[in-house]
Formats: sequence, C-alpha cells, structure tokens
Amino acid sequence: MRKVDGLAKATGRARYTDDIRLPGMLHGKILRSPHPHARIEAIDTSRAEALEGVHAVVTGRDMPTTFGIIPWTPDEYPLCVDRVRYIGDGVAAVAALDEDTAIAALDLIDVTYEELPAYLDPHEAIAAEAGPYIHEPRKPGWNGNVTKVVKLEFGEVEDGFAEADLVVEGDYLFEGTTHTPIEPHCAIGLAEGDGKLTVWSATQVPHYLHRELARVLEVDPAKVRVIQPPVGGAFGGKSEPFDLEFCVAKLSMMTGRPVKILYTREEVFYAHRGRHPFHMHYRTGATREGLLTSVDAEIVLDGGAYASFGLVTTYYSGQLLTAPYRMPAYRFHSTRAYTNKPACGPKRGHGSVQPRFAFEVQLDRIAEALSIDPIELRRRNFIGPNTRTVNDLRVTSNGFLECLDAVEQASDWKRKHRRLPYGRGVGVAGSTYITGTNYPIYPNEMPQSGIQLQVDRSGRVSVFSGASEIGQGVDSMVTYIVAEELGVPLDHIRVLAGDTDFTPVDLGAYSSRVTFMLGNACIEAAKRIKVMVQDAVAEAWDAKPGEVLLAGGWAVRAGDTATSMPLREAFNLAEAKFGTLGATGSYNTPKDVHGDYRGATIGASPAYSFTAHVAEVEVDPETGFVNVEKIWIAHDCGRALNPVLVAGQMEGSAYMGFAEALMEEQIFKSADQGRAGLHNAPSLLDYRIPTSLDTPELESLIIESIDPEGPYGAKEAGEGPLHPSIPAIANAIHDAVGVRMNTLPFSPPRVWRAIREAEDGRRRAAPVSRAAVAAGVK
Amino acid sequence: MEVVRLRVNGDDRACGVPAHYTLLETLRYGLGLTGSKQGCDKGDCGACTVIVDGRAVLSCITPVWEAEGKDVRTVEGLASGTETHPVQDEFDLNGAAQCGFCTPGILCSSVALLDRNPSPTREEIRTALAGNLCRCTGYAKIYDAVEAAAARLGE
Repeated sequence: MRKVDGLAKATGRARYTDDIRLPGMLHGKILRSPHPHARIEAIDTSRAEALEGVHAVVTGRDMPTTFGIIPWTPDEYPLCVDRVRYIGDGVAAVAALDEDTAIAALDLIDVTYEELPAYLDPHEAIAAEAGPYIHEPRKPGWNGNVTKVVKLEFGEVEDGFAEADLVVEGDYLFEGTTHTPIEPHCAIGLAEGDGKLTVWSATQVPHYLHRELARVLEVDPAKVRVIQPPVGGAFGGKSEPFDLEFCVAKLSMMTGRPVKILYTREEVFYAHRGRHPFHMHYRTGATREGLLTSVDAEIVLDGGAYASFGLVTTYYSGQLLTAPYRMPAYRFHSTRAYTNKPACGPKRGHGSVQPRFAFEVQLDRIAEALSIDPIELRRRNFIGPNTRTVNDLRVTSNGFLECLDAVEQASDWKRKHRRLPYGRGVGVAGSTYITGTNYPIYPNEMPQSGIQLQVDRSGRVSVFSGASEIGQGVDSMVTYIVAEELGVPLDHIRVLAGDTDFTPVDLGAYSSRVTFMLGNACIEAAKRIKVMVQDAVAEAWDAKPGEVLLAGGWAVRAGDTATSMPLREAFNLAEAKFGTLGATGSYNTPKDVHGDYRGATIGASPAYSFTAHVAEVEVDPETGFVNVEKIWIAHDCGRALNPVLVAGQMEGSAYMGFAEALMEEQIFKSADQGRAGLHNAPSLLDYRIPTSLDTPELESLIIESIDPEGPYGAKEAGEGPLHPSIPAIANAIHDAVGVRMNTLPFSPPRVWRAIREAEDGRRRAAPVSRAAVAAGVK
Repeated sequence: MEVVRLRVNGDDRACGVPAHYTLLETLRYGLGLTGSKQGCDKGDCGACTVIVDGRAVLSCITPVWEAEGKDVRTVEGLASGTETHPVQDEFDLNGAAQCGFCTPGILCSSVALLDRNPSPTREEIRTALAGNLCRCTGYAKIYDAVEAAAARLGE
C-alpha cells in the first residue's frame, strides 16, 4: 500500500515550513547567550533598531510570561528576562528584510552580563548548599538545582534481596544524545489586522503550541491558528514550544508582516531537548533458577537548564521498567538536576531507553553467573499477558515470548551464543513501551484524539485529522482505516491534517499514541457514516442494513452480488435521507489501568508493545572498534496496519539505538577544556550520526498479538523497537571479548581500554572461572 | 544583485542573486525550486544534493557561479513530464521516504548512480549514498527502492 504523501515527498512537491514564502516576509534571528550562567544586567537594542533593513527587535521583557510543556513546571520565558542558563539561551530577536541583515543586527545588540558560577555536573548541582541556584527554589531552604525527586517502592525489596541466591550490582552511565532531525526547526508568524495570528511550525504538538502561544502572547485562543506542515523528522525534538515560535508571532504582531525564523544546524544542537544523561546504579536479585526476586535503582538525571518534560522523565526512569519481566519487588529513587546546559527532554523511547540499557545488561550478567542461556532467562521471567505489573500497570496483549522465539531462530542464536571465536559475539535484550500515555499533559476529561469525516457527492471522503504527520505515516493510517470501513478506494480519500482552525484536537505525535488513539477515533467516525449508508441503501433494496456490504468502491448485497451500486450512489442515498453526510469520532483512554498511589498515572497506557533484539558484532581487540554486522528486531505491534510502515519504524528505531550505542554523544566542554558549557560538536560532521556505510544490516520480524483495544488490534511501533538495541550490542560485545561496557557510547577508545584492563586484571590475578565470578558477585 | 544564468531541469533560467549565493539558495529562493532541502548548510547532510552535469553535487556548498552554463537537475526534474522516474515510484512503494526531508537529495544521488551504473550491487548503492544522511529509515528500505528501480530500468 502506498503512503498518501509518498509521491509528494518523492517529487519535491511536499511543502515543509521553510518552503513557504509569504509576500513581504521578514526574516528573524535570535541572539543567544555566550555564557552558561549569568544575570542580564542590561540590554541595549538601539543600535540594532537603527540598522537599515531592521523592522523590529524583541527582548524577554516584551514577553514576560513563563511557559513549560508540563503545566506544573513553567520555568522558561520565550526569551530570557533577567537570567541566562546555558550557552545558547535566547536573549533577543530581530526581524529584518533578509537573513544577512538580521545576522548583522544581532551584533549590534549590547547585552551586559554578570557571570554566575555554572553547574555542569548534576551531582555537584544536587550537592549545592547555597545559591545562586539555576532556578529560584520553589520553597525557602530548598535546593533550586533540583527539578524533581521520585521515590517509589513496590513489594518487599530488602526481603527480595535476602531471598536471592545471587545479587548483581552495577553502575551505568548514559551520557545523552540528541535527535538531529534532518529538517532544522522553522516557524513563520503572520499577525493580521483583525487580531488573527497564524503560526506555521515544524512541531509535533500543534495543540499544545496553540495553547501556549495564546497564553504567553495574551491573544484570544480563538484567534490563534497553528498550521503544521509536513515535518522533516522530529523524534521528540519538536514536542514542546520553542523560542522561535513565540518570536515569529511577536515580531509579526509588532511589524504587521509575516516573519520567518529557521534555526541553523548549530541552533538545533543547542535547542536539544534530547535524551537525558542518566547516572544509574542497579541492584538485581535472582534465585538460582534465574527468577528475579528484587530490583533496586538509584538514578541521577542531568536535566539541563529547564524542566521541559523532566517531571515525566523522572517518573519514566523507573515506572517503565516493570515489564516484560515479573518483578516481585522493585524500588527506584530518581533525582533530576538542573545544570547549565541545553535542556533535556523526550527522545524516542522517552526516559526508558537508559534504564533499559542498564537493566538488560544486569540480566545478561545474571544469566552468565548462573550459566543460563540469556534468552531462556528472559523466558523464565516473562510476566505474561492480561496481568498487572509490580507497580500496578495493566498489561493486556503481550507477544514478548514470540519476539524472543523469532530473534532466537532468525539469528541462529543457539549455534552462535558463547560459541563464536574470540572477537565475535551475539547479544540479546528485551523491552516494553507504552502505546500512548493514559492522561493528557494538562488535566482534562476531553478526548485525547479526535477526527472528522465528510462525504462528498462525488464519492470522495475528506478526513480532517488533528494528528501530526512527522514521517511515521499517520495520514496514511487514517486513509487505510476509512478505506477499510467504508469501502472507499484509497485515491478517493483526502486528508487535511495539523491545522487547528479546521481539524479536531489530537494531542500530538508523542508517546507512541497516534495509531492507537486516532485509529480508534477514525474507526468510530467511519462506522457512524457506515450505519447511515447501510440504512439508506437497505431501504432502497428492501433489505436489512446488515446485508449491505461496502467494499472496493461498491455497495453490495450480501449473498446476492448482482444487487449492487457504486458507492457514490449509496452515499447520495444516505445524504438524501440523513442530510449532509459526515461524522466525528474520538478516543479517550480507559481509566482503570493503573494503581492509585501518587505517580501511578505516569507510565500507564492503554496497551504496551514488546520487543526483542539479537545483535551480532565483531570487535577488533587491537583497535576497540565494534562492527555491528546485523540486528534482528522482533516487535509485537499488536497488528501491522501496513507492514511496510511498521518495518520502517522498527528499522529506524534499531538504527537510532545502534547509533546511540556506538557513535553519538551530546557532550559539553568543561572550563578546563576551554569554555564551560560549550557544545563539543554542534554539527552533523562532528556529532557523528551513522551514514549508510556505518549502519548494520537490519532484519524486521513483525509479531502480531492482536490487542483487544487497539484499532484492529494495533499497538505502537515507533519507539519500542529502539530500546533493546543498546543492551543487545553491549551484551554481544561481552560475548565477543568478555568485557562489560557500562558507559555509552561504546567508542573504540572505551572498548580498547576495557579490553586492556581485563587483560591486565587477568595477568595480575590467577585465571578466574565463570563460576568463581558468579560466587563473588553477592 | 547580479544575474546568474542556469540551465535547470531543461529550462534556461536567469535570476538576480546576491553575489555570495550558493546554488541551493539560488534554487530555493531565486527560482522557487524548494524541493532541494537545507539541513545543515555546510555540506554534512546531503539533503541539498542535486545533479550537475551527471554528478551528484552538494548545492549548499557550491557557489552558484560554478553551476553557470552547466546542466542542473533537481528532484523536480527527475520525472519525465507526467511520468515519475522509477526511483521516485519505488521510494513510495517501498516506504523509503518517511519524513521525506532527505529524500530529494537521496533521489538525486540514486539517479546519478543509476545513470552511470544501471545495475549496482547493494554495496555500490551504500557507497553512493554515503554522503546522504537519513535519520528515519535506517537506510534498509532505501536500498530496496534503489534496487527495485534498477531492476525496472533494466527491463
């Protein structure tokens, strides 16, 4: 099945935000802080305003209202008002006739700063005993460098460790990565004389952007329109409002002309909101048979300068670990620190990719110590379908065992694991992920997803979808559903999406929610139309409505194919009988799928996906270079509505996880490296994302568990399949050369050093057998 | 402003541009051919790739004056009239374009490859696309699409 936008994208016709040019459009640029932490003492914009071609200059004082994607932690301004908190923080913005003039004007803005001590290390930030903190403490005496602390305990954790025959303990560091969509962020603002404000933006969350623009700029939300053109990749990096969206709107309100801002690639790296660095300590207890008895995690999250989604990330760091394995007892203690670096947020597999790495390596160590096959160990701990996790999340469909079987067979695991020569190895890992969050970001009882269908007399069906097409194929997905329900040919369906003036609210393309939620909404809307069409046609045929079948562009009488009419005529009969033909559909989550403790709702989802990977690697012990030869990806997506698109999500996820395992690292310089808080590599050449030559062979194995509540049984496929990539590669490296990689990425120097240290250790001590290592673990 | 003369997708075009303009800026801002994309503006990502005299070229680091008098083909010029190029069609059929932002550049690299090597091996395709970053697909479906297009062109 083709995608509805496939040919538009393959012919250059798809118009992304930066492809839009409006008459009289001005170009904007944002002045950014050169300091990681400083007070703004004064800003003088007069020289910039006097420059020929400059139409407006805006500073933080023009928009002095805080915002934040999480309503409880609004801690940023569109532009900084009195404090900058990272190198790259926005301070002022200019609108000029062209980009060159805007850039020249930035040099003419005089900002006086008073530098403040900067925190780059989250542990130091948490240990601070006195201000100036990065943010004002929410209560006197509190540490303003701490965003959020979550401590949750389920079951008898210490009893579980006492019962364990083996306790494995380890420290893990995930330094963080960023999304790097190929399309940089871009926005256009257009304020019209009648008070209407339109913002085009490469966003994943037009609805949240709509709300925040209205609130911060004090514009009637009914006069704000957000249009989301096709988005050139997002991966979580465009899922909250950014400075450029407020700036284009404000600058257009000031000048009466359309204003565009396009980030440079360097600005995209500083905008960030990518994967948090996690410092993790895990204790995992197991019986001699390999059954988990208890899990204890201590995690420090390095959040960067603002809260962003951090409240949720802090919960997710623990909440999403409790499947696919049964845990009798579990405790996690997570602390998110502010630091003077770009803010971290959600990246594909929000908050759960980092702990999954650590935990799946822990499992591999247990399997090794107990001499149990790592796949068998995972089978023994399988939590099963239709159950509750230790933290009381409802699990329904669960195809994890089938995932394990599929990767075991496809990879020829039994012949390879612990059997390949030194330097080659295979590793396995498993995971789970949410299919949408059970609750919206701001509390309300309204649907999470809505859609509207309208039937034309020509037989065409128009779909008004609030969802955000970011490449995952949501516009195609609703087309397939309309075709399935109403029998309309695919090329008779048009989708208008992502325009808050014309489409019902969908909360956005995040948390892997769209197929499940919008898909169900779309089925509901289509069925409402179907009932009317069947009723009208049945009347014409003197038949029962249930006998009217809609398929392949025709209405056909069941058991009597000679009785039929083109769908267009059937629609016309229905319009004649019921009036203008259309329907809405919506979806909201069931509310009985989680416990009632504080935080129980975060991590709750109407359905969970499951994944298993096997990675095969070759490690060069002389250089430490790891070559991933192949990754087998088995993913339980419920049902694959279009298997090509599902496999595309699986391959893209595994690619991105592979990249994080071996290549990518969002790191910042320290003071002794030249300049504290400066991004180490803000370009696509230096921040190494994989080319076609780097990327391993990927094989997708789709598992369909048919979820009872998903649209035709579908669950998510966009984020879950990333999770096992990293630990599967870590475990494969161990199988190849016998070293445990606990710090990401597994770059050649790190792997080389680990191999050298292991050799030195062997030389110093007498050879240690596998059993002796196991006995020494507790 | 200076006037630059280009042959783009078979059309002889003249366009007034600032002297420092790149070929990409001229295509996008001067001629309204927005199919070629700007992802990094420094030759790292390949989204701006076009075909100049049969070779895949990074238009964002090509001064427009270097393209003067040469034959420039962009994604908008790959189809013949209403007939899409087989690579374009196979990208759609194989799910090789997700967000689609790298797609125009990858299509140009692929067409340049197929024009000089009608039946490339997978390894040759990988090498030809090594200058085009894709962040969505993991490249697998792109190889499938290029191979399918090569097969169709060979029929």
